[in-house]
Amino acid sequence: MVVGADVEEVAEATPELEQEAERAASRRGMLIAAPSAAYLILFFAIPLVIVFVYSFARRSSTGATVLDGWNLESYRRLFDPLVGEIALRSFGLAVTTTLLCLLLSYPLAYFMATRPDRIRNVLLVLVMIPFWSNFLVRTYAWRVLLGSDGPISQLSQLFGGEPIRILFTNTAVLIGLVYGFLPFMVLPLYAALDRMDWSLVEAARDLYADGWTAFRRVTFPLSMPGVIAGSVLVFIPTLGAYVTPALLGGARTTLLGDYIVSQFLAARNQPFGSALSVAVMTVMLGATVVYFRRGGRTL
Amino acid sequence: MSVGLRPGSRAERSMAASSAFVFVFLYAPILVLFFYSFNENDNVGIWTEFSFRWYGEMFQNDAVMGALRNSLVVALVSTVVSTVLGTATALALERFRFRGRGFFDGLSYLPVIIPDVTMAVMMLLFFVSFFRLLAGAGMAFEFGLGTISLSHIAFNISFVAIVVRAKLAQLDTSLEEAAADLYADRWTTFRLVTLPLIMPAVLGGALLALTLSLDDVVVTSFVSGPGATTLPVYVFGLVRRGVTPLINAVSVVMLAASISLVLFSLVFQRRGAEES
Repeated sequence: MVVGADVEEVAEATPELEQEAERAASRRGMLIAAPSAAYLILFFAIPLVIVFVYSFARRSSTGATVLDGWNLESYRRLFDPLVGEIALRSFGLAVTTTLLCLLLSYPLAYFMATRPDRIRNVLLVLVMIPFWSNFLVRTYAWRVLLGSDGPISQLSQLFGGEPIRILFTNTAVLIGLVYGFLPFMVLPLYAALDRMDWSLVEAARDLYADGWTAFRRVTFPLSMPGVIAGSVLVFIPTLGAYVTPALLGGARTTLLGDYIVSQFLAARNQPFGSALSVAVMTVMLGATVVYFRRGGRTL
Repeated sequence: MSVGLRPGSRAERSMAASSAFVFVFLYAPILVLFFYSFNENDNVGIWTEFSFRWYGEMFQNDAVMGALRNSLVVALVSTVVSTVLGTATALALERFRFRGRGFFDGLSYLPVIIPDVTMAVMMLLFFVSFFRLLAGAGMAFEFGLGTISLSHIAFNISFVAIVVRAKLAQLDTSLEEAAADLYADRWTTFRLVTLPLIMPAVLGGALLALTLSLDDVVVTSFVSGPGATTLPVYVFGLVRRGVTPLINAVSVVMLAASISLVLFSLVFQRRGAEES
């Protein structure tokens, strides 16, 4: 009977013991999380709060930021027609970039997903190389390509055409942004199409749907998580883009990214720049919530 | 697999053509840059003859070499620290329930979502306020490699955590449970079972952190100090003034570095996949 008593002793897990074990696990979890949590609070959460605080601050007559006399002046300025114009231009550019990326990426992703494994892997590597390559350098390449004595311009002149003048225009910025963020669209789209249950398309065809109908009613809706994930991954960075407009855009094509930067480097209006940052961040958070609700973590 | 597309159909041919166009679009600028970097002429647009002249000048340029050294130091420090912290973050969030988990979960995602311009503004204002506080206590700090590294770690932790979490989430916990059943303590289980299983993701996260650190222009330019810039920030400053053959050469080297990193990791991953 001694053995039996032993077994009973182990099997009997009292609520107190369970709670104790749970508390121990909780403590361990906190211990593992503590260093990163401390780091992110100090170097991310607190900076975030500081930007928020600065957005309510006052500017002295010399333009320096004074941390008293809290006011809403910076937020009032967000409704300035000039700011509205810049925001609208950025928004339009981000939407156009996203749509162009989608239009270029979908056929490619579909083509990749329907190839045999070996070809598919090669194509995947070919998409991943630009994805991982230095963004600044890839943008700079367009500066060389589109320049007034660049290869496109020279080619045009060779055939008796005009020298090309699209550098420092919105068109150049659009090309640069599409080029820069295209891989961010291809990869989630490919992931969604690759994971898709293709027998559903087959079933649609068996039921006499033509190719286009099967695509419209079956394939496209099933690839929707990839479409949404890719769109958010392209839209968010393009809305705040700074490097591309700075290198390829002109003086009269200010976008949100360079407008915010100029508040800190040139105009020295830190409260207004902070308020702009808070506004942009709010839009991004909204877009991301949509991403997690609809598409989920597809990348 | 060819359900969606009949081989040789018009839909398939137009899709192949469109894919080919995208690949030309993706690679033509890189190839043009590569080609131009071997142009001997001072003027980028006028081709004279093939030479390595600008590569030679690049290696003798103290500013470029100094910036490159800074970039490597920052990238190395921020990659190591953020890989350790990011992996710990992933473990805590995927394997434990604890108080404040929800808050930490949200906090660990935010740096990925926030645009880099905003992140740059945050870090600038933070360090300005922090240094003012420290100056009050009689301590003097200034912007430089330290502030750059601290900022890079702040955004890299999240990227590493996301990559490692994805792996942990699809991992079969029964292996870890089996180790525990065989009287392995928690540390031993982690060291001998969990860590080897998530190693490809940890390395993938580290590669992502390294790439992001070597790529960053916006955040770095806000928190860099006099005489302590990284290579992308230095190149960015030069490029804004115009296209030069020297930048072409530097750009090609930067591209070659990132491309070889990717290929290296792909080969490494494939070998790992074959072993398991």
